[in-house]
Amino acid sequence: MATTVHEQPKLKPSREPGKWQPDLGGGGRIPVPADGPMRSLKDFSEPPASTAMWVLIAAIVMSFAAFTSALVVRQGGALDWRHLTLPPILFLNTVVILLSSVSLEITRRQIGIRMSARSVRSGKPALWLGATAFLGSLFIAGQYAAWLQLRAQGLYMSTSPNSSFFYLFTVLHALHVLGGMIGLLYVGVKLERMTLRRSTLTAMCRYWHFIGILWLYLLYILWARI
Amino acid sequence: MHDVHAPAAHHGPPTTFISKHVFSLDHKVIGKQYYAMALVAAFIGMFLSWAMRIHLAWTNAAIPGLQILSPNGAPGGVMTPEYYLQILTMHGTMMVFFVLTTAPFAAFGNYFLPIQVGAEDMPFPHFNMMSFWVTFVAFLTLCAAFFVPQGPPLSGWTAYAPLSAIGPVAGPGEGTGQILWAASIGLFCIGQLLGSLNFISTTLDLRAKGMSLMRLPLSAWAWFITSCIGLTAFAVLLPGCILLILDHVAGTSFFIPGGLVLNDQLQSAHSGGSTLLWQHLFWFFGHPEVYIAIVPAMGIVSHVLITNMRRPMLSHRALLYSMIAIGFLSYVVYGHHMFVSGMNPFSALVFSFPTLVITIPATIITLIWLGSLYGSQLRINSASLFALGFVSMFISGGISGFFLAQPSLDILLHATYFVVGHFHLVMGVAAMFGIYAGTYFWFPKMFGRMMNETWGKVHFWMSFVGAYCIFMPFHYLGIAANVRRYSAFVDDYLQPLIPVHKFITIAALFTGFAQMIFLFNFLHSLWFGEKASDNPWEGTSLEWSTKTPVPWNNFDTIPVVYHDPYQYGVESSTGDYVMQASPEQVKTLHDEA
Repeated sequence: MATTVHEQPKLKPSREPGKWQPDLGGGGRIPVPADGPMRSLKDFSEPPASTAMWVLIAAIVMSFAAFTSALVVRQGGALDWRHLTLPPILFLNTVVILLSSVSLEITRRQIGIRMSARSVRSGKPALWLGATAFLGSLFIAGQYAAWLQLRAQGLYMSTSPNSSFFYLFTVLHALHVLGGMIGLLYVGVKLERMTLRRSTLTAMCRYWHFIGILWLYLLYILWARI
Repeated sequence: MHDVHAPAAHHGPPTTFISKHVFSLDHKVIGKQYYAMALVAAFIGMFLSWAMRIHLAWTNAAIPGLQILSPNGAPGGVMTPEYYLQILTMHGTMMVFFVLTTAPFAAFGNYFLPIQVGAEDMPFPHFNMMSFWVTFVAFLTLCAAFFVPQGPPLSGWTAYAPLSAIGPVAGPGEGTGQILWAASIGLFCIGQLLGSLNFISTTLDLRAKGMSLMRLPLSAWAWFITSCIGLTAFAVLLPGCILLILDHVAGTSFFIPGGLVLNDQLQSAHSGGSTLLWQHLFWFFGHPEVYIAIVPAMGIVSHVLITNMRRPMLSHRALLYSMIAIGFLSYVVYGHHMFVSGMNPFSALVFSFPTLVITIPATIITLIWLGSLYGSQLRINSASLFALGFVSMFISGGISGFFLAQPSLDILLHATYFVVGHFHLVMGVAAMFGIYAGTYFWFPKMFGRMMNETWGKVHFWMSFVGAYCIFMPFHYLGIAANVRRYSAFVDDYLQPLIPVHKFITIAALFTGFAQMIFLFNFLHSLWFGEKASDNPWEGTSLEWSTKTPVPWNNFDTIPVVYHDPYQYGVESSTGDYVMQASPEQVKTLHDEA
């Protein structure tokens, strides 16, 4: 029976003084040395809000990928596929949602300046946040107007596969925008109470930009296939 | 305002009964809630299987109580062919979703993942609470299908379209019952997505200092891999359920083709839908689902075996990388469920190849288990016996998978009991054995008391022998061309097989009785079991470092991790093991593998 000294995890000092470089088989946090200075260890894992937002985005991407494949399969074998003209207001709505991303980005930068204490009174982030929420509401109102236009043409959910997919994609996307507006409200309350974390704000911005990009994708799919 | 990381547990200790036991934010309580729900679902599923088995063996026998559940479906207690299919649907759905997914993954994972990584809680406790309650509402929604006028759906747990999409004309339960089914599964998907979100961020972001990824116990790794699989799989099933509901309530035709005639009625309201579309969406989820059930069980069993072998696996990394490989490959094999769907034969070939490839990591894992067990002085207890049973079931059920992976054989065997035997052994019974291994192993930590070992061993041997007596003859029946999903076997060529069915039914009743013993042991031990110490199995991972019962924030002080997860066979002040959170230098007492 061999007797060997079991080695403790090794740490290599990094090139920067005061920091440690992990000697891991993988993993995010630095292992603790048996006799190393504990105070020099730093936690550099991502904030959970950031990871969770990527995870959420991945799930939404998978869902819309599934819907897209449903569209492709349904169109491929169908004799009842009739193209419909997209309501022009959709293009105006696209401008609105892109503008909302711009206003949220301005909000993020102004809050970022405040957080870094370069200027506590920098800008009016609450105003820009409100503008983002307003533009989000305007987008949903615009989508509603598009549904009314289709209805006026006698195109309902069950009229044809095209209209089914049109309503499906736009309604589901609008629900995601509504979810984002709840997130904006949450950020606004936190901002007002001075308890907003940068990670929360970053995650929120990431989501909002994502649903903007998602809309561009859906618009393309609707334009190209429906 | 400062940019600080969210603390692991940003909720205080619960103060009221409701916040402590009902709408709890504590991952441990949520884990127990999942476990309790899975236990109820498992027994409902088991009673349904008893009803099916009795009916298959003695077709005209009245089953007491069944007429109360459904006076139309089982007049006088004798079930109609349609009601047989309705019970079959509910058995499959209940077992696959609410037992095999929730118990090894959501229940044990919720309870032990944060503790094993050294966190105080999940990063999003409210989402975690929502995850359980959404799943619970999904469970109630499914159960509600028993009590609507036409009863539950009869389209099977796979809900193949157009049967599942066309509405009441397709048969009893295909109206409201099927909508409830789709709503239930859709809700279940949302619940599991919320859970996966928490599991992934917990594993990546909330590990204690020193807990590198390679120092995570294999069970924690298994839950992490499963949450990644679940994230993408449930995100695809959810759209499928939405489209199915829309076909029912909004008059769309996603899954319903034109010119369909059902019960002599032309279904003129629909046209152009694709029945194969549902199969693609379903099986893109459905095959990874097999691994959502089995990978956590693999992790649990590895964890239990290592603790009882008192030495690490032959290769920790090979086992881990094989589990990851299975996770990836699980997405590209799903077409093997559709060999008889009329898909292009070349597609069948494409799906057949990765199906055979996925057996390679599965075989590596199995060989590592067997090789590690060889020559070990395994501590025999209920947990380790069930872990061994898992390995046995996994091998037995997996071998028949080699046959079914080949389209030329699957075409012959697909609609027979051979497939029923295969998936029950490799997915159902194996995962159940994993759940039991986890239950006997972690019961002391979860409930502060030990389970009765004698009854645990009785439970094991009865279940082990019983499960083989049920499911091995299924393979024989399948080879004899015994068709599945039939409610009665009236054809002449099936008559010689009736005695086999009777034998299987008796074995099912016997095995079910063994589960009653488990339930009694479980409930009795909750109140009267011997008090458990903090580390009754002399384990090394972090769940054994903390007190029993586990405090609300898991650790009095957040642990710092110094060691790999399985430091057994060493010379330390505690004996032949050193805990992950112990800074002690140790010597190994055996040759490193």
